[in-house]
Amino acid sequence: MNIIKYKKIFLSISLVLVLASFLSIGFFGLKFGIDFTGGSILEVSYPEGRPEAADIYSVLDPLGLGSVSLRSAGENSYIMRTKFLEDTDRVSIMSVLSFDNQKTVIEERFNSVGPTVGSELKRKAYAAIFVVILAIILFIAFAFRHVSKPVSSWKYGLVAIVALIHDITIPTGIFAIMGKFAGVELDVLFVMALLAILGYSVNDTIVVFDRVRENLRHNQEFRSKESFADTVGKSLDQTYARSFNISLTTFLVLLSLFIFGGSSTTYFALAMIIGVVAGTYSSLFIASPLLVILGNRIK
Amino acid sequence: MNKFRISAVFILALALLGAYFVYSTENNPESSYHFKYGLDLSSGTHLVYRADTSGLEGGDIDDAMGALRDVIERRVNIFGVSEPIVQVEQGGFGGEKEERLIVELPGITDVQQAVELIGRTPLLEFKLANQSGELALDEEGNEIPGSNFIDTGLTGRYLKRAQLTFGGSQGVGINEPIVLIEFNKEGTDLFAEITKAHTGEILAIFLDGEPLSLPVIQTEITGGSAQITGDFTPEEAKTLVRDLNLGALPVPIELISTQSIGASLGHDALTAGVSAGLIGLLLLSIFLVLWYRLPGLVAVVSLVTYFIITLLLYKTLPVVLTAAGIAGFILSIGMAVDANVLIFERIKDELEHRDDLQEAIKLGFSRAWLSIRDGNISSIITSVILFWFGTSLVKGFALTFGLGVLISMISAIVVSRTFILAVSGEKYEGARKFLFGHGIH
Repeated sequence: MNIIKYKKIFLSISLVLVLASFLSIGFFGLKFGIDFTGGSILEVSYPEGRPEAADIYSVLDPLGLGSVSLRSAGENSYIMRTKFLEDTDRVSIMSVLSFDNQKTVIEERFNSVGPTVGSELKRKAYAAIFVVILAIILFIAFAFRHVSKPVSSWKYGLVAIVALIHDITIPTGIFAIMGKFAGVELDVLFVMALLAILGYSVNDTIVVFDRVRENLRHNQEFRSKESFADTVGKSLDQTYARSFNISLTTFLVLLSLFIFGGSSTTYFALAMIIGVVAGTYSSLFIASPLLVILGNRIK
Repeated sequence: MNKFRISAVFILALALLGAYFVYSTENNPESSYHFKYGLDLSSGTHLVYRADTSGLEGGDIDDAMGALRDVIERRVNIFGVSEPIVQVEQGGFGGEKEERLIVELPGITDVQQAVELIGRTPLLEFKLANQSGELALDEEGNEIPGSNFIDTGLTGRYLKRAQLTFGGSQGVGINEPIVLIEFNKEGTDLFAEITKAHTGEILAIFLDGEPLSLPVIQTEITGGSAQITGDFTPEEAKTLVRDLNLGALPVPIELISTQSIGASLGHDALTAGVSAGLIGLLLLSIFLVLWYRLPGLVAVVSLVTYFIITLLLYKTLPVVLTAAGIAGFILSIGMAVDANVLIFERIKDELEHRDDLQEAIKLGFSRAWLSIRDGNISSIITSVILFWFGTSLVKGFALTFGLGVLISMISAIVVSRTFILAVSGEKYEGARKFLFGHGIH
């Protein structure tokens, strides 16, 4: 597998994907859930069979709750999204939902987030992603501080950051599309998935860089005249089996979380799966070719 | 090699012991080492209040928040909830800080009742002891608490502030704590009136309907301030001052976030999370054994050991498990395998140059170590930052993920190494070529 030779093809694929992701984010926008915007989610179940959605809308209408989105869940549950509700609103909703006590209705879940809490969390999420990326570039520059030829250590960090941005842009782009067409919302778990992807992907990239570092040291000891591109190519050949196997094992675990893990972590698992695939691709097909390009420019 | 076999047996025995501890404590209803589940996996209510501390500054805010917490804790205890959590948290991010109070009520899903009880403003009252001499008794002849006092109309609404000082004058012992209270204008007048008419009687101070202190009126007080002395330690006096200040200056609170989860939903989430973890582990094990053969089997044993150590820590630390936390744990299983795979690939590389198995394994481990260390450090950095920034949900994830990465690193370099050295022979030949081979070769 001669990744370095065909680097332009691999980089182009990524470039297209990243651009498409940015376009879909710009075009469709990100659909933030109540964690970030503030609002309420109420999940109720009707053990004796749920009424028609139209009936629910008609009893809710007089309460003047603004726009209410109703979605059926499971066999006899409804999930209701509204603006931020006070507890008194919740009480009156529950009472109308019982249709004058004609139907048994069980409140399964009530989640209400004030608008200030939401916007605070959003700022925190952006800051967390930024700080994680910053910490990682510093760490890589530090870990590779003894490597300076032919590419200085902070450039390893810079390349890793490009790979990381690639890895979180693609899942975000896909979720923007899913938000537009399937109503999938971005919640705190999605941000956690992005942060976990950052940690995972940089781990993957470091393993490849670590091989490059080792081979460079080896070349220096034996005064080998191997070109930087060849060294990186050799390092990739030595590590792609491991990268692939690791992705596969992580993929298996996430797949089981996606299928069996219950509704609260389904989209978390999906975001992680997309990120892990992107992360593996970027450490093999983006980070190393970029390193070679940076190395060549210096000569 | 024998020393590795002895160590391997020792580690196995420890792991079995650990597994037995995890199993037996979970099945013993009296054990204090049960898994602790967050509200999303059990059921209950999580409330976040914003406290309006705009009228206070600096240290007063901390005092006020402490008092608020104590008062609400008392109220929550009325529910008889097991292990309620009432804690003060600083919210806000950049710019204005915000004081918040978090209340978690496991098992309580009647949000309305909880909200009403918690939202009440603390009530401070001054009551005169009933002088009629007749005690109000209930049917069994017991005194009804609070019934022997008469309302005076003087409440915390009229209190300006309370303050703690220490004695030294007016016949009070040098280091005896004194609680000074100061009324506002209206309160001063009312207080003067009461103290004039009832000198020598007991003027009791009630908080939320419970008598706090029973001072005796010595003389008419017109200055609008009074001192409470009694049989209390400085610590008790301090608490009293805090409670009084709270009654006088209750920090207004506002409910800004509610989360309540019914029992069936929480239970489903837990079952789903656990089965996802077990199935994931099983799939991994199958892949590892098929692809890496003998080392793969060792990795599976090492993973199970990792699993047991993690569960032990969850029980003993303890870690409160949430859906997000379980997701972090499951993800860390993936990372745990990583270290093993790195090592196996390195051993394979080494075996291309030599046929001394033990030497190849040792070299493989030491060469893989740098990658494992650097990769894991970056994961740990991520989890520390997550923990630092996070709300409780994110913290749960960060904690299990970070712990998982740390333990998996140790289990890979200690447990896997010991086991693989214990089961491998000296020379790379014969059947061992198959056992240590991998993939489709």
